[in-house]
Amino acid sequence: MNNYEYSIYIPLLPLLSFLIIGLFGKKFPGRLAGILGTLVLLAVTLFSMYVAYEYFFVNGKQGGIYQHLVPYKFNWLAFSPGLSIDMGITLDAISAMMLVVVSLVSLMVHVFSLDYMKGEPRFSVYYSFLSLFTFSMLGLVVASNIFQIYIFWELVGISSYLLIGFYYEKPSAVAAAKKAFIVTRFADLGFLIGILMLAFYAGSLDFETIMKVLRDGSSPQSIAITSASFLGFSALTWALVLVFAGGAGKSAMFPLHIWLPDAMEGPTPVSALIHAATMVVAGVYLVARLFPLFSFNNAALEVVTFIGTLSALLAAFIACTQTDIKRVLAYSTMSQIGYMMFALGVSGYGGEHGLGYTASLFHLFTHAFFKSLLFLCAGAVIHFVHSNDMKDMGRLAKWMPLTHLCFLIACLSIAGVPPFSGFFSKEEILSAAYEHHKFVYVVGVLTAGLTSFYMFRLYFSVFWNKPDKVYDHHAHTGWMMKFALVFLAGFTGVSGFVPFSTFISSDGVPFATANKWMQSLLPVALAITGIATAYFLYFRESSTPEKIAQSFGGIYRTIYRKFYIDELYLFVTRKIIFNGFGRPAAWIDKHVVDGAMNGVAKLTARFSNLIKGFQSGQLQTYVMYFFAGVAGLTLLIIYLWK
Amino acid sequence: MSQIPISHILFVSTALFFIGMYGFFTRRNMITMLMSVELILNSVNINFVAFNKYLFPQKMEGLFFALFIITIAAAEAAVAIAIIINLYRSHRSVDIEDADEMKY
Repeated sequence: MNNYEYSIYIPLLPLLSFLIIGLFGKKFPGRLAGILGTLVLLAVTLFSMYVAYEYFFVNGKQGGIYQHLVPYKFNWLAFSPGLSIDMGITLDAISAMMLVVVSLVSLMVHVFSLDYMKGEPRFSVYYSFLSLFTFSMLGLVVASNIFQIYIFWELVGISSYLLIGFYYEKPSAVAAAKKAFIVTRFADLGFLIGILMLAFYAGSLDFETIMKVLRDGSSPQSIAITSASFLGFSALTWALVLVFAGGAGKSAMFPLHIWLPDAMEGPTPVSALIHAATMVVAGVYLVARLFPLFSFNNAALEVVTFIGTLSALLAAFIACTQTDIKRVLAYSTMSQIGYMMFALGVSGYGGEHGLGYTASLFHLFTHAFFKSLLFLCAGAVIHFVHSNDMKDMGRLAKWMPLTHLCFLIACLSIAGVPPFSGFFSKEEILSAAYEHHKFVYVVGVLTAGLTSFYMFRLYFSVFWNKPDKVYDHHAHTGWMMKFALVFLAGFTGVSGFVPFSTFISSDGVPFATANKWMQSLLPVALAITGIATAYFLYFRESSTPEKIAQSFGGIYRTIYRKFYIDELYLFVTRKIIFNGFGRPAAWIDKHVVDGAMNGVAKLTARFSNLIKGFQSGQLQTYVMYFFAGVAGLTLLIIYLWK
Repeated sequence: MSQIPISHILFVSTALFFIGMYGFFTRRNMITMLMSVELILNSVNINFVAFNKYLFPQKMEGLFFALFIITIAAAEAAVAIAIIINLYRSHRSVDIEDADEMKY
C-alpha cells in the first residue's frame, strides 16, 4: 500500500532551497545558486512524476473512480471543533496533473534562466524568488483546505510581485509590479469574502466537507445557503461568484486583466513560468477545485462562461494590434485562459456531461507547455535582439534556426493545427461548447481564427519579413536555453495525444471522448485561413497592414489602446476615488484629526510656558511654596474641617 | 514649687521653630541653613518632651521619640554636610543661590 508519504517533499524542497539561496546565495560563486535551485527542482519534478505515476497508474483508482486522497494533514488553527485551518496535501486527479505541469515548467524555466540570467548581479536573488514561487504554487496545488489555498494564493501573488519588479531600477517595472499586486489583491478581497461565506454556511474550511455538505440538497447547511438571498441571488451564488472574482483576478480575466500585459516588465523566463503556464491558471484551477459546487449552481456558471468568453474574444482582438512581442503573448495567454474558463462554464457534472471540465484542464495542460515554450522562445529572441518590439526584429529564421523551429511548433499548436497539442484540447473545448451553448461556440471558433492570425502575424514578422536585416551585437543562445526549448517543443508535440479524459473528469469516473472529426473541420479551416492571412500580410515587408489598420480608423485605435480599459481604471481611481474620497479624507485627516492633536499640544505648551517660572532652581523659593502650602492646609483644616 | 505652665514651654518651642524657619529662608550660606534645620528639629523635640511630661507623665514614648530624632538629626547632619562639601568642590561656593542649575 502506497501512502504517498514522500509527497510532503514536493512543496518543502523548494522552500528549503529558497531559504538556502535567499540567505547564503550572495556568497555562492558563479552560477552555483542557479545550479542548486535547478537540482532541487529536478528532484521535485521526479517526485511529482512519481506521485502522478503512482496515482494514475497504480493505486489512485478504486472501483473505477479516482479517489480523493489526503496523505498529510495537520491541524494548524482550530477555531471550533468543526472549523479549523488545516495544512495538508491533497492528491486527486487535478492536483497530480498540476504537480507535473508546475514542476516541469518550473524546471525548464530554471534551466533556461541559467543562461538567460547569466551575469545578472542579482542572480542568486532571482533564483531564490523562483524557488519561493515554485514552493507557493505547489502548495497551492496540493492544498486540502480552502484557507490553505488562500494562503498560498497570496504567496504566489507576492512572488509574482517580486519577480515582476525584479529590475527595480526601471520605474515601469516598479509600476507594473505594484499594479499587478494591487489589482490581484483587490480581487482577492472577493475571494476572501467568498471563503468566509462558504465557511459560515458549511461550518468547515475543508474542501471535502464543504463539497459533501453543500452538494447534499437536503442537509440544513445546503438549505440555509440556497435559501438565504441577497439582491435576488442565493448566498451560494454570491459566494461562488466572489470566489470566482479572486480567480478572475489571478487569471487576468476581464475586467481584472489590466495587470497581465504590464507584468511583462519582469524577466522573460518569469513571464513564461508565472504569467503563462502556472500562476495565471490558478484561477482555472480554483474553479475546477470547487467545480462540484459550481456545477450545482447555474447562475455562477453563467458568470464564469460569460467572463471567459468575453475575455477570450477581447484579448484576441487586442493581441492583433500590439507590437511588443511579449504583450502579444500576454494577450494570447489571457485569451487562452478565457477558453479554459468558458469550458468550465459550459460543463456539466459527471461523465460525458463533464466534457467541458476535462477539456478545460486538458487545455490548461497543453497550454502550459506551448505557452511557456512561446515565452522562452521570445526570451531567446529578446536576448538576441535586445528589444521587445517586433519592429526591431525580422529575418530571424536565418539567425536562430532552432528557436525558429520551436516557435513554429508552438504557434501551430496554439493555432489549433493538427497534430499539435493545442488542436486536441481546443477541439475538446469547442465540442463541449457546441453541446451546451451555441453562442459560446461561435465566439470560440471566431477566437480560434483570430488566435491563429495574431500568432502567425507575430511569427512572420519576427522570423521572416525584412529581407536583409543584419544583427551585429547579438548574444549567443546558450545550450541550456536550447535544451529547455527543445524539451518543451517535444512536449508540445506529444502532449495532445494523452487520453486526457481517462485521467481527469469532473466526478473522477474516466470516460472516453469520441473525436468528432467533422466538427473540427471548421475551426481548422479558420485557423488555416488565419495563417494564410498573416502570411500574405506579414511574410514580406509591405505597407498593406498599415493601410488596412488606417482604413479601420477609430475601431483600430480603440483596439490598439486596449479598449481604453486602462484609461477607464485610471479615470475611476484618479478622478473619482482620489478626488471624491481620497482628498476629502486627507483633508479631514490633516485639518480635523491632526488639527485637534496639534491644538491640544499647542495649548499645553502655552500653559506650561506660563507657569514654568515656578521652577526657578532656587531652593529657598521652593521651601517658601512648601511652607505656604503647609500653612494654607493647616488653616483649611482648622477652620473648615471641624 | 509650682510647676511651669505648659504654655511657657510651648512658647519657647514655637519661637525656636520660627527662628529656625526664618534662618532657613533668609540665610544664603548652606551651613547656616543646616543649623536652622537643627533648630526646627529641636523645637519639635521640646514639644515631644513637654507633652509627654504634662499629658502622660507615667509613659515614656515622647522621650524615646525625642532620642530618635536626635539620632536621626545627627545622621541627617552628616549627610547634609557631605552634600555641602561635594557642592563646594564642584561650585567653589556654599552659597545656595549659586546652585540653581535645576531650573526649567
